Amino acid sequence: MGDNMLFTSYSFIIFITVLFVVYYLIPRKYQWMLLLAANYLFYFLSGPKFLIYIMATTVSTYFAGNKIGSLYNEQERYLSENKGSLSREEKKEYKAKMKSRQWKWLLACLLFNFGILGVIKYANFAIANVNYLLQAFGSDMQLSFLKLALPMGISFYTFQTMGYIIDVYRGKYPNEKNIFKLALFVSFFPQLVQGPISRYDDLSQTLYKEHPFSYKNLSFGLQRIMWGYFKKLVIADRILVAVKTLIQDPETYQGAFALVGMLFYAFQLYADFTGGIDITIGIAEVLDIRLKENFDRPYFSKNIVEYWRRWHISMGTWFRDYLFYPISVWKPMLNFSKFCRNTLGDAIGKRVPVYISTLVVWFATGLWHGAAWNFIVWGLANGIVIIISQELHPFYEWFHKKFDVKNKFGFRLFQVVRTVLLMSCLRMFDCYRDVPTTFRAFWSMFTVFNYNELFNGSLLKLGLSAADYAVLLMGLVVLITVSLIQRTGSVREKLAAKPQLVRYALYYCLIIVIIVMGAYGIGYDSSQFIYNQF
Amino acid sequence: MERLIEILEELHPDVDFESCESLIDDHILDSFDIITLISEISAEFDVTIPAEEIVPENFNSAKALYALIKRLSDDE
Amino acid sequence: MKKRRIWIRITAVCCLIISIFFLQKLLMPKYVTSIIEGSLIEEYYREKTPHDVIFIGDCEVYENISPITLWEKYGITSFIRGSAQQLIWHSYYLLEETLKYEKPKVVVFNVLSMKYNEPQKEEYNRLTLDGMRWSMSKVKAIKASMMEGESFLDYVFPILRFHSRWSELTSEDFKYLFKKDKVSHNGYYMRVDVKPVTSVPKPRKLADYRFGDNAWHYLDKMVELTKKHGIELVLMKAPTIYPHWYDEWEQQIEEYAEKHDLMYINFLELMEETGIDLTTTDTYDAGLHLNKSGAEKLSVYFGKILQDTFGLEDHRSDEELSLVWQEKVEFYRQMAESQYNELKEYGYLKRFRNNN
Repeated sequence: MGDNMLFTSYSFIIFITVLFVVYYLIPRKYQWMLLLAANYLFYFLSGPKFLIYIMATTVSTYFAGNKIGSLYNEQERYLSENKGSLSREEKKEYKAKMKSRQWKWLLACLLFNFGILGVIKYANFAIANVNYLLQAFGSDMQLSFLKLALPMGISFYTFQTMGYIIDVYRGKYPNEKNIFKLALFVSFFPQLVQGPISRYDDLSQTLYKEHPFSYKNLSFGLQRIMWGYFKKLVIADRILVAVKTLIQDPETYQGAFALVGMLFYAFQLYADFTGGIDITIGIAEVLDIRLKENFDRPYFSKNIVEYWRRWHISMGTWFRDYLFYPISVWKPMLNFSKFCRNTLGDAIGKRVPVYISTLVVWFATGLWHGAAWNFIVWGLANGIVIIISQELHPFYEWFHKKFDVKNKFGFRLFQVVRTVLLMSCLRMFDCYRDVPTTFRAFWSMFTVFNYNELFNGSLLKLGLSAADYAVLLMGLVVLITVSLIQRTGSVREKLAAKPQLVRYALYYCLIIVIIVMGAYGIGYDSSQFIYNQF
Repeated sequence: MERLIEILEELHPDVDFESCESLIDDHILDSFDIITLISEISAEFDVTIPAEEIVPENFNSAKALYALIKRLSDDE
Repeated sequence: MKKRRIWIRITAVCCLIISIFFLQKLLMPKYVTSIIEGSLIEEYYREKTPHDVIFIGDCEVYENISPITLWEKYGITSFIRGSAQQLIWHSYYLLEETLKYEKPKVVVFNVLSMKYNEPQKEEYNRLTLDGMRWSMSKVKAIKASMMEGESFLDYVFPILRFHSRWSELTSEDFKYLFKKDKVSHNGYYMRVDVKPVTSVPKPRKLADYRFGDNAWHYLDKMVELTKKHGIELVLMKAPTIYPHWYDEWEQQIEEYAEKHDLMYINFLELMEETGIDLTTTDTYDAGLHLNKSGAEKLSVYFGKILQDTFGLEDHRSDEELSLVWQEKVEFYRQMAESQYNELKEYGYLKRFRNNN
């Protein structure tokens, strides 16, 4: 993948700066075309050969959408023309026939596009597993791996586009008739790096309309972008050094260090991911395009279900709307539900099918995060924790009846800390090499008592200096403060109400801190400059 | 309608479903509840609510949900 | 009202830019008390009087030739535009830049850097490039030197390269924020300590002894440029024995000099004539570089050749120049004295302890 178009590269910053200027200089009716051109240029710059994939997705989806849409039109025409002559049964039959024709187009489109994603992202994982099995059964045959590079943002744009075609099939909105407008929706460049996965009905209107320049959009957008860079460059990329040290050598870093690694990774992931989304939303905002929020202060959640409602929201709702609900209300599933109730009794019976859907969704969510068993185990572990917490409901109710703590600050704090720790534990699957290593690292936290080593200077040997820790601590305080302010509304709106001097002083600090304390570039190592001619 | 309220109250005894109009928006019903609800409705009313009808507008109040059930059973 | 707001915004942006500029000055390494090689290139811009001879090359010029001696002995005015591991395209573009300021009679290029056909180390490139003033020559020099993963912007805004020094700033960075002390003597890096050669490592066999195309290309350009300006180009190889100067290399340079009718002097072959003795007094790091004693010997010998061959004028009778150079000589004496004192006190040069 081309690193030259990551958020933190100079070329990316130059790219968006030029785009911002040109976007407001040209006549407004051409703005969306400029965006489309910018998307393709962006994609071209990050790897010209990947253009073919995104174009294949766009064209195939456009075509399928067209077919499904015209079947809808045909159906409407037929029904209104034969309004009087058709009986209810005939109508129903006709509709079912049309639906199945549409279904074929939908299925073809889904298979084609998820097929591309599957081959590119998962083929080698599948091959590795098949090879493992072959070896286990004593076969000498081994499949060779495919040499495929992962196109930038393929998971994001595939999901976004498939959400669109499913909605068209469901009749939620008519298909997009202009292929270039569809192409713009598929390829909107700020989303290609880290998401979010937008919905067509949310994004299309704001994407295609004319955008007059407004100072507020510019300043709010730039603030958001800066905030994102602060999280990414000052916090995430700095702590990444220590995370890598700890994760890549789990044999050395056990016990207390596994705990430190777990917490650092949670911190890094949050700062990196939410920072990236801040940059994405900020860029869109400067362009006068509204994207939905993807995070809602997730680390303030009181339980895991709430956490998943507030973390990577666009992915969670995608899986809910396009996977969890459909398989849950699928006829065989409902029948299975009835069967369970009849055999297992009402109380248990009605939960079994839901749990099955839950596990399927979390398996898929795990797989989405990466083609490795780590991620699958991580996904399933999330599902299991959710199911356990559902099963514990009676206990919670009993507990709250007995102790009136539900709204006490101390208890809420306990819930928040518990949820953060729980999620951080599960996240260990993401970062360690494989599943057994993760279990060993996790286990060592309780069996290796080296917690005194945290105070003997070992923390300074992870690649971070005392100054780095000071910056991280400052960053943590800033993040928590901002999150607390956010509880009662937009921080930027509140800031806008403050005197100009205060605002400017804050921007000033933010920019200087990013430039000076950002963990970017080669890094300065004075010993490298000492000249020994050999 | 009464039967529907009963089903809902079984799920969340502490909620006043007659008047509440923001069951989804206020996160009173989560996705688990919705699925349980749908399978109950399918058993009780013999109506299958398809996935595309699972939108906040249809589930925010008992009234809206009942309207949905009626519409779907008329369609069948 | 609206106008006022716009003015406030403009002022705010200006303040920001000015502070970033100051921060950049603050965060850049100062190269005054250690790694002084980083200061050599920029000290040229302090010069107010012209030079007859310009030396270009790597450490084999800036540690081995003393312009002060050339002045004292022959009245030759000269400057060394050399820096740590200065690659041939650095030398070429520095020459190109120098010719915008003045027109010397003779340019001497030390040929050791012919061995490098590609950029070697970003940090060393920095030592040469950051000291250059902005000009097309600098732009071209940067473009020729950038290594993989580098960005031109890091040169335009060095703060992007050096920002992480914020946690290592010392009082030196504040002290030399605007005005740096002079560290060289017309580009000469003085060392008075002695560490003789004890053993000579056996030279490694090379797979290919031919100089690279890129190196030749810049040498050709150098010849062309000096011809165009009517300047005499002299090639030299300094009398330091390491890095090893292979016979195969010598042959290529000899042939080249002959073909282009250039003077080429290999001082390795003239050890007796110059009187340089690396096994006793004349090197401070076992044969890599000459010390003051060695550099002065080489300058005495080389100065005579230059004056005889090219008829360089003796400027010592020029009052104005004498005044300027008197100051330089004084600075030279002072530094030598302070180094001798330090050597006496500690047995080594404390100020360079971090350097090697």
